[in-house]
Amino acid sequence: MSLENQIATLRADLSAAIAAAGDEAALDAVRVSALGKKGSVSALLASLGSMAPEERKSAGPAINGLKAEIAGLIEDKSGALKSAALDARLKAETVDITLPLRPAPTARGRIHPVSQTIDEITAIFSDMGFSIAEGPDIETDYFNFTALNFPEGHPAREMHDTFFMKMGADGVKKVLRTHTSPVQMRVMQKTNEKPAASYITPAMDPPIRVVMPGRTYRNDSDQTHTPMFHQVEGLVIDKSSHIGQLRWVLEEFLKAYFEIPNVTLRFRPSFFPFTEPSMEVDVQCDRSGSEVKIGEGSDWLEILGCGMVHPNVIRNAGLDPDIYQGFAWGMGIDRIAMLKYGMPDLRAFFDGDQRWLDHYGFRPLDLPTLFGGLSS
Amino acid sequence: MKFTLDWLKEHLDTDASATEIGETLTKVGLELEGMEDQGKALSAFVTAHIVSAEQHPNADKLRVCKVDAGTGELIDVVCGAPNARTGLKSVFAFPGTYIPGKDMTIGKGNIRGQVSNGMLCSNAELELSNDHDGIIELPEDAPVGVKYTDYAGINGVVFDISITPNRGDATGVYGIARDLAAFGLGTLKATDMSPVPSKGESPIAPLPQLFGADEPRTSRKFGGRYIANVKNGPSPAWLQQRLRAVGLRPVNAIVDITNWVSLGWGRPLHAYDADKIVGQPVLRNARPGETIDALDNKIYSLDETMTVIADDLGPLCLGGIMGGIRSSTTDETVNVFMECASWDPELVARTGRKTGIVSDARYRLERQVDPALTEPGLELATRLVMDLCGGEPMEPAISGEDVFPNTGVEFPLAEVRRLTGLTVEPMIINAILTRLGFEISGKGDVLSVKVPSWRPDVTQKADLVEEVMRMVGVDNVPVEPLARLSHVAPRMLTNIQNRRRIARRALAARGLDEAVTWSFISHDEATRFGGGSEGLQLANAIASDMTDMRPSLLPGLLAAARRNANRGLADLAIFEVGQVFLSDAPEGQHTYATGIRTGTARLTGAGRHWSGKPEAVGVFDAKADLGAVLDALGYDIDKVQLFAEPAPWSHPGRGGRVAQGPKTLGWFGELHPAWATQLDIDFPVVAFELDLDALPEPRKKATRTKPALDLSALMPLTRDFAFVVDRAVTAAAILRAARGADKALIKDVTVFDVFEGSHVGEGKKSVAIEVTIQPSDKTLTEEDIDRISAGIVAAVTKTSGGTLRA
Repeated sequence: MSLENQIATLRADLSAAIAAAGDEAALDAVRVSALGKKGSVSALLASLGSMAPEERKSAGPAINGLKAEIAGLIEDKSGALKSAALDARLKAETVDITLPLRPAPTARGRIHPVSQTIDEITAIFSDMGFSIAEGPDIETDYFNFTALNFPEGHPAREMHDTFFMKMGADGVKKVLRTHTSPVQMRVMQKTNEKPAASYITPAMDPPIRVVMPGRTYRNDSDQTHTPMFHQVEGLVIDKSSHIGQLRWVLEEFLKAYFEIPNVTLRFRPSFFPFTEPSMEVDVQCDRSGSEVKIGEGSDWLEILGCGMVHPNVIRNAGLDPDIYQGFAWGMGIDRIAMLKYGMPDLRAFFDGDQRWLDHYGFRPLDLPTLFGGLSS
Repeated sequence: MKFTLDWLKEHLDTDASATEIGETLTKVGLELEGMEDQGKALSAFVTAHIVSAEQHPNADKLRVCKVDAGTGELIDVVCGAPNARTGLKSVFAFPGTYIPGKDMTIGKGNIRGQVSNGMLCSNAELELSNDHDGIIELPEDAPVGVKYTDYAGINGVVFDISITPNRGDATGVYGIARDLAAFGLGTLKATDMSPVPSKGESPIAPLPQLFGADEPRTSRKFGGRYIANVKNGPSPAWLQQRLRAVGLRPVNAIVDITNWVSLGWGRPLHAYDADKIVGQPVLRNARPGETIDALDNKIYSLDETMTVIADDLGPLCLGGIMGGIRSSTTDETVNVFMECASWDPELVARTGRKTGIVSDARYRLERQVDPALTEPGLELATRLVMDLCGGEPMEPAISGEDVFPNTGVEFPLAEVRRLTGLTVEPMIINAILTRLGFEISGKGDVLSVKVPSWRPDVTQKADLVEEVMRMVGVDNVPVEPLARLSHVAPRMLTNIQNRRRIARRALAARGLDEAVTWSFISHDEATRFGGGSEGLQLANAIASDMTDMRPSLLPGLLAAARRNANRGLADLAIFEVGQVFLSDAPEGQHTYATGIRTGTARLTGAGRHWSGKPEAVGVFDAKADLGAVLDALGYDIDKVQLFAEPAPWSHPGRGGRVAQGPKTLGWFGELHPAWATQLDIDFPVVAFELDLDALPEPRKKATRTKPALDLSALMPLTRDFAFVVDRAVTAAAILRAARGADKALIKDVTVFDVFEGSHVGEGKKSVAIEVTIQPSDKTLTEEDIDRISAGIVAAVTKTSGGTLRA
């Protein structure tokens, strides 16, 4: 058989064997039978040595060509086998990706609407340049009433349904604060320059701009009144602020808080011992549907009380009411939270019912900011 | 307070519509709470006659009535009112009638087996008053089957306003009319209050006011007038209708007259049947043990702070509050002693609070009644008694003195603009104040203003500003922006305020829900958790489980867990960041971050899941929560001190105390099994408490720049060691010893295995650690590493008394 025929036969046989190899082992057997030490192609290569130089000149490239060709086929086949094996493995490795995950902790935990609302209020007022001030829940009768111009025995005290504390060791008559207004006095009065505890905001010099959120207490209980609730109070003291700016602050706040472009307020003359003139403020709303819509409609909803700080209060703070003036306002945090987010019953706020907390609570990373929007 | 449009028009000459009047009331500070056309609202109710009323066969408290409502046939009606009796004339609603006081429409029905086709009504059901005591009783001669509104003359607009405590002057229709006139809504009409000539000397002398120098004295001027030979009985229809429309029950002409003066001028009166007074009445304070059988049919115990009008037999009337039954007038009364007195408002308020009596007199007198009305009020009543009942008025019997504030205020007109921003012409200010009754003298920039007797609440400049502002309208105050003080915002939250905010978000991010629970808890729970001292107890708690300020947030959270478990939610993760009260002093109030996990509510999630078995919560879940809060606040739980000294509520072996120097920061642990039993908790609970006020204030940083970052080019390597030590040796001690073996090269040490068992020996445990070594400037040789390893083994075995495990 001529060398050419030998090569052709070998090429045909080996190609067929490579193509037929069903796995890496069979392919390797073919490789050994062809390219191994004793393989058919190797044997042919070895025969070059016994050839005449002339003959070798043409046979060499032909045999080497065959070797390269077979090696190439084996490599390709090996690649194909590997890829088929991977395909088979991958096919066997599928999972049901619809299996549900456990909710992430951040998806389960909730911030209480009261805390969220305080954060919203804080975001708005800190942008207007107000800082946050605080005082104790157990207050003296002096800070809760007397300093705020509540005369002894006045019916206004009765309106407050005060919780009284039994007499403590220091013999000072104490109450649970009925409003956050005592913080006003602590912020203004020099006696509170070095408060007993670090959470109590020390007295400051005018100009004063503070917002005072906190827990308050009254002996009262029904669907819209609980013996404990939350109030936020605001105070501006300087030498010029008047009702015109009070109106602006409240309008700006309510627009920002309710996230509406316009709000119409109705100011009604009213009475509070610690402000003069005093006003109650109603906000325009629509009660025709199941939810109260703020900023539209033809109804009014009472939302807060405010006024110019009473000259007696300014005097009690140790300031001259002919030089210093300013305004204050107060509103219920729980109440404005209910108005914005639609909780029907105040009592449920304090029950710790997981279903309620999950439903009305806020995600931990829903941090109210003005740049990101108060609520998402 | 309720009043009708008709009544208002008696004092105010006006063309304004009811709507306009209603809006103006709110504008001037007399907030309109309701306005309705009673004739329209109640037009379906008719007068009716109860022809018979018999006991219901199946219900003790019900009666089966046959009612004639003018339709020609008798209607069966089941009625629960105690006064439903045969022969009574009352008010009836046919089926289909809307009952405003019940907010329902009455239908045809069957009540316990008896047919009932309609309803006999009380005043409360018609929203005419709060009188629930029974169905309306009409006089025997009342017609049957006519509209009740026609019969009773209920046909006008009724206003209901709320009056602030400073406005005693607006507790009468006259005062309301004065405000509306000052606003410009009409003209105030004068009332004839001139003296009525007397027919002779008063049989009752002016009342002696018998008070010791130190005694509280409620009475000021006491005016009485004896009117002889009156003919009492039902008052005329116009008066009855007027009272009924505002929710008052007509009694008799004399009593109705006192109510007419009280509502019309805000001047309460009281009428005695003079023949029932024994001896000379006096004013004095009640004696210990004295009681009064009051007109509301209740008996009240009196004390020495309460002023009474008393005769030889004892108290006749509780001054300024309510009269007594013994001397009350009846249809048979012939001689009347009419009282019009002024009282100390604070003392009236105090007596009112003490006795709990809510009366029209107290409502007005504690808001201060115009002292100038004491005698004119008496004349007004006397005149109407003459008109309605005849009789002979005797000399007024007056004792004591009225107290007039006589306030004068120097009023710079610029105050209006200074406090409100409103620009109001001096002429307009002048006109407003004059119409309100202020007397003005002086011209120019500062007016001298004399306050009228009916406005004791006005004492200084700001009060006059309010008067001007409410008449000009707050809506007319121009809105002005409040300029910022600084445009670079300083930090608006204090350290503790930030800590609370961060602690909340950190815990919620670990899957806990934030709860807000009551600041007060039961005395038992407060005591159990270390509180309950006297100064932290409420003197007037609203409920027995809300008596003491909480010493810890745990009782509230555990109670919430119990409630949730009762609803089938036993896997709970909740926390609260809030105040606890360690004493009643301001510094006794601390903010705690406290959380609990129950059942299987671990960080990964509660309950069964294909990805793993549910596991009950354990002490390390609580430790991890506490650690997460500390971390969020910039503290590392591995760098504060941990002591195996758990809180009393904790399992003694599965809990700990966290401290920094001498200060305890908090606790964590599993709930003590005995406490769980006592607290009625039958599911696993772990908890932590962290005192946010105890964390030290962060040091003021000299620079915001962070320390330089050293990135080594050399590979770190790790070595494992296992030690057998006594059970009591802590992991912290082993870690500390290992870390200390070469502070320069050892970067980290962690515990990767802990186990106990017979093969490590009784009372022993094996602790395996992985040490990470970070070469600093050169690759370490085997000898270097052996030297470090030997150091670690030596340090740990020395500290722990243990051995390296082979």
